[in-house]
Amino acid sequence: MGAIGAPGTGPDDPETLAALLDDQGYLADDGAATACFLALRMQRPLFLEGDAGVGKTELARALAGVLGAPLIRLQCYEGIDASQALYDWDHPRQLLHLRAVQASSAAPGGAEELEAGMYDRRYLRARPLLRALEESAPGRPAVLLIDEIDRADDEFEAFLLEFLSDFAISVPELGTVRAAAPPAVVLTSNRTREVHDALKRRCLYHWTPHPSFEREAAIIARRRPEAAERLVREVAAAAQRLRDPAASGIDLLKPPGVAETIDWTAALTALGATALDPGAAARTLGALVKHRDDVDAVRDRLSALLNGGGADAAGAARAPGAEHAARTAARARP
Amino acid sequence: MTRRTRSTAPAATTAASAPDTAPVLGLVRALRAAGLRADTTRALAFTDALAAVDAPARADRVYWAGRLTLCSTRAELDVYDACFAAYFGASPPAPRPALPVPARRRLTALLGPGGGEQGGDDGPEAHRPAAASGTEVLRTADLGLLGEEERAEAARLVSLIAADPPRRPARRTAPARRGRLDPRRTLAAAARTDGEPVRLSYRGRTDRPRKVVVLVDVSGSMAPYAEPLLRLAHVLVRGHPGATEVFSVGTRLTRLTRELSAADPARALRAAGAAVPDWRGGTRLGEELKEFLDLYGSRGAARGAVVLIASDGWERGDASLLGGQMARLSRLAHRIVWANPHKGQAGYRPRAAGMAAALPHIDDFVPGHSLEALQRLARAVARGRAEGGGARA
Repeated sequence: MGAIGAPGTGPDDPETLAALLDDQGYLADDGAATACFLALRMQRPLFLEGDAGVGKTELARALAGVLGAPLIRLQCYEGIDASQALYDWDHPRQLLHLRAVQASSAAPGGAEELEAGMYDRRYLRARPLLRALEESAPGRPAVLLIDEIDRADDEFEAFLLEFLSDFAISVPELGTVRAAAPPAVVLTSNRTREVHDALKRRCLYHWTPHPSFEREAAIIARRRPEAAERLVREVAAAAQRLRDPAASGIDLLKPPGVAETIDWTAALTALGATALDPGAAARTLGALVKHRDDVDAVRDRLSALLNGGGADAAGAARAPGAEHAARTAARARP
Repeated sequence: MTRRTRSTAPAATTAASAPDTAPVLGLVRALRAAGLRADTTRALAFTDALAAVDAPARADRVYWAGRLTLCSTRAELDVYDACFAAYFGASPPAPRPALPVPARRRLTALLGPGGGEQGGDDGPEAHRPAAASGTEVLRTADLGLLGEEERAEAARLVSLIAADPPRRPARRTAPARRGRLDPRRTLAAAARTDGEPVRLSYRGRTDRPRKVVVLVDVSGSMAPYAEPLLRLAHVLVRGHPGATEVFSVGTRLTRLTRELSAADPARALRAAGAAVPDWRGGTRLGEELKEFLDLYGSRGAARGAVVLIASDGWERGDASLLGGQMARLSRLAHRIVWANPHKGQAGYRPRAAGMAAALPHIDDFVPGHSLEALQRLARAVARGRAEGGGARA
């Protein structure tokens, strides 16, 4: 077991890291801050799962900002292969090299040297995984973001598993590239597919929830400082209700994430709104919900939604402690 | 970073005992007993994490250290919270907002059955020429309404359906006529022609067979259709060997892959018939599906597979269980094709509770009542890959 503070890098405790993430414009809750802290300290990949638009990618970006390190992003898709993830030889330049040597007709060391010259590091184009290894330095790991791993297929997961355990890539013509210090790895998943357990076992798992009302309002205010405070709070309250079918009476196909509420606030502000009135809300609804049926459903119940969803006016302000205690009690019973 | 004030009071009780290994192991054991996979790797990570967060001094961090290392799915978080509360007698420090995970729904659910189907179900019927040949009539006739002789002929025809196995893109490439330039072979050839790349070689993406899983409902309400569907399953097993799994569902889950591997359709069907213990019984689709997912699906049988479910969706059990299991399946599978023989009847609506619960998770909802429909079904399975790009966005 690593001694405390020895193996990894980064801040001394989760609270410091949360403050640093805050400086980067990311308001991390306890879970996110502890997750990032442990990922750095234990040098383990961080597996972030959550609905689209809750800020998973943003967290990786902020983490890179905290470390003053480059963010290297690998977007996954079905059928992604090594030449897109690892490296690729720059063939046109290799050919040029071949020709240049021929033209000068020097050929100093014969065929072997010619070949060695062709497979020089200069002709190797590093893709995200190789870049992450090369740009990581002790004390300043690069942040490798493997985005939407749920879109890749089984083979790629197996391959990643190998990469994440060795942090080495072998290039047959060059030899093995090893990281001076392992990069900080963040994997994200929208949970459209269950990722293999072997991969998860190697990672810290963090479920990224939608933010609470207070936090969401703070995030919006941070990202859209020009928006009126009243507007921000009303937008956040409406978003909280929309995500809770019981409170709003609307069961959306795709409830809005924080990204959407920020957009919505920006759209409302652009129209000069300082509070959430039905007219402006109806005109800007496209920034909040992106499904035709969702737009219709929300538009039908817009006034109820803005007035606090009728019965459950305190939906957003509901005391979290009381609710939580009730849930815990219910769970403890069996 | 907020709300710590509330959590310190109960957590203080754990401060003294949290760091030494006994309570740690106790929590892990409790989690295992509750069904979590908290294995040794994870337990070790947990102890590391406890050291890293300085648990002796900060007992409130034990919750997150455990949650981040011991859990690996959203569903496990609630179990973890309960175990944590039970074990340490403290509630978890920060409440997660109690937001329901939105169930994944697709537009198919909104369009309703047949609404989005190209071609339409009654197309062939409507355009049938007046003097159709016997085979032609048989092609579109409802298999449930056939006489003895026609049934035998239909069975023969089912076995003639060509099963084009679905493929999926693989990570490997192979020399091909088109694709990316293959520098290795191009340069090797260039070396033979004095460094002149006379011929360019290419490499293309290879593909591999995509797994196919067939679940055939053999309950009473499906009786006339179960046999032709099993025949179709036989065709798929034979046409796609090693990558197809067949199960019968009813009140029991029975694996029929081995029985249906025999070359002769009649022999294969007899063997399958003998293996199924619950012909014409009831249906507990939700429980069966759960059993399939627990035993086979989540271990890889359904991962990235095209899953064909042939059932009328009459669910005796709780339909919400079926809905939940379908959601689970849809996250594992590449595509879900559901064949419902009743869908071929005019004016069909998915009223059966099970059908309604399953519908949002289905990619292709097709009938399966006639030879023609079975042929379409085989095509839907073979298609494997969603038209127009990625599987499900």
